[in-house]
Amino acid sequence: MRGLRLAWLFFKLGSLNELQYRANFFVQLLQSAVAVATALVVLALVYSHTDDLNGWSQPELLVVMGIQILLGGVIRTTIQPNMQRLMEDVRDGRLDFALTKPEDSQLLVSVREVRIWRAVDVFSGGAVLAYGVAGLDRAVGVADALLFLGLLAFGAVTIYCFWLLIATLAFWIVNVWEIMELFEGIYQTGRWPVSIYPAWLRFGVTFLVPIAFAITVPAEAITSRLEWTTAAVAVGFAIALFAFTRWWWRFGLRRYSGASA
Amino acid sequence: MSAEAGRLRSYVDYYLVRGRTQIQANFQYRVATYMWLVGMLAEPVVYLVVWTTIAEQQGGAVQGITTGQFAAYYIVWTLVRNMNIVFTPYGWEWRIREGELSAALLRPLHPLHEDIAGFAGWKVVTLVLWLPIAALLWLAFDPVLDPTLLEVAVFSVAIWGAYLIRTMFLSALGMVTFWTTRVSALFELMVALELLLSGRLVPLPLMPEWAQRTADLLPFKWSFYFPIDALVGDLSTRELLGGLLMQLFWIVVLTAVFLAAWRFAVRRYSAVGN
Repeated sequence: MRGLRLAWLFFKLGSLNELQYRANFFVQLLQSAVAVATALVVLALVYSHTDDLNGWSQPELLVVMGIQILLGGVIRTTIQPNMQRLMEDVRDGRLDFALTKPEDSQLLVSVREVRIWRAVDVFSGGAVLAYGVAGLDRAVGVADALLFLGLLAFGAVTIYCFWLLIATLAFWIVNVWEIMELFEGIYQTGRWPVSIYPAWLRFGVTFLVPIAFAITVPAEAITSRLEWTTAAVAVGFAIALFAFTRWWWRFGLRRYSGASA
Repeated sequence: MSAEAGRLRSYVDYYLVRGRTQIQANFQYRVATYMWLVGMLAEPVVYLVVWTTIAEQQGGAVQGITTGQFAAYYIVWTLVRNMNIVFTPYGWEWRIREGELSAALLRPLHPLHEDIAGFAGWKVVTLVLWLPIAALLWLAFDPVLDPTLLEVAVFSVAIWGAYLIRTMFLSALGMVTFWTTRVSALFELMVALELLLSGRLVPLPLMPEWAQRTADLLPFKWSFYFPIDALVGDLSTRELLGGLLMQLFWIVVLTAVFLAAWRFAVRRYSAVGN
């Protein structure tokens, strides 16, 4: 509870700070519009040559794309800025300021930053998602929708854990920027259901970089093609990864010696 | 030696030295460059997988392009994409915001030379590091590629033509930063347009007819589709050499646009900082 209140406080503070720069909203809006328009054109192009892509219809792929854009917005609003700050702090020895506070260090480093304008992508992704859902052949039941929301939340947790795992590497290797760049590239594979990829790539985007769990599995839930075993594996994986991340963070922290002294 | 020849020689010297130092500097960061190269692979691999899936569903080809040809297209794509990485408008934005341009203006050489020579040197590094990646992609996707000697020759020239077209295009666009420091929205709009009309997203014949006609009027396809098509496709000698001429045409036009914009832009510049 304390943790949630703290996160909310940081969120409010960060938002107020960003709200000063209102022009950024319009820049972000324009960029988001360009990105969504491009994605729609790509999809239209693909479906001008075929009716279904490996069993996925156009509205179903819109759903996948909507989730990818939405989750990308969540990542860029909170996860990525926090992890970037963490890596910078480790490099500059400023992490001391967070560690000496009487609060859980993992929680603190995960909630300090927010880039509120980037949340525009959450809404544009949501719009694409809704548009896709409206075009589906079969109606989405309440149970499907709830399952979808739940799995999306677990997906976000999985992505967060993945980022923190990588960012924690900063305790050993100072320059982890390139790995982050790598993630940006690989995240693009989430635009399409993982089932179309060859086996080696599918394995990579499922377990090495957990994009399949974060995007494809929720999409399967809302398009009523999810099997219970897949849902169970996704939830189990998220929980296991979270536990591992917690241990990994503490393990890495022991390597940190500060640089300010 | 005449003054003219001496000037030319000093230009050549500058390019060689600047290119060489960039090669040495960038070879130090091999691992970083590799991470970056691998990160860039996701995009073409996704396109390739999507179109291969469609081709297989339709009996092996989409509009006459077979899976093997798609593989060849997107593997060559990775090299051409790397040649397309140049000094962006963000670079100009940074130059102006940080007052870096002041120092550049004091030199007896247009700052553009620094960009062209520097990035060209870096290209040599990426080219060398790209070779193993291309070999792996080759094994993974089984492309069909059978170029003639002339096609290889034209391709080798065309990738540098592509480099110059994109440099001049983005430098011209970068001039906008003299008036506004928020170039990102405009830049991303251009990149989206380029994505669709250059052949970066799909081989242009897969685009609707009107889009292809539009692409004919723009420089984008000459810096992307043409070099790939020269190597992968089956162009006639006339088309190959004509393509190189079109590249030259766009280099000249875009350089003229850049220089015209530069004259006004640099008058507006007032230094920031010390």
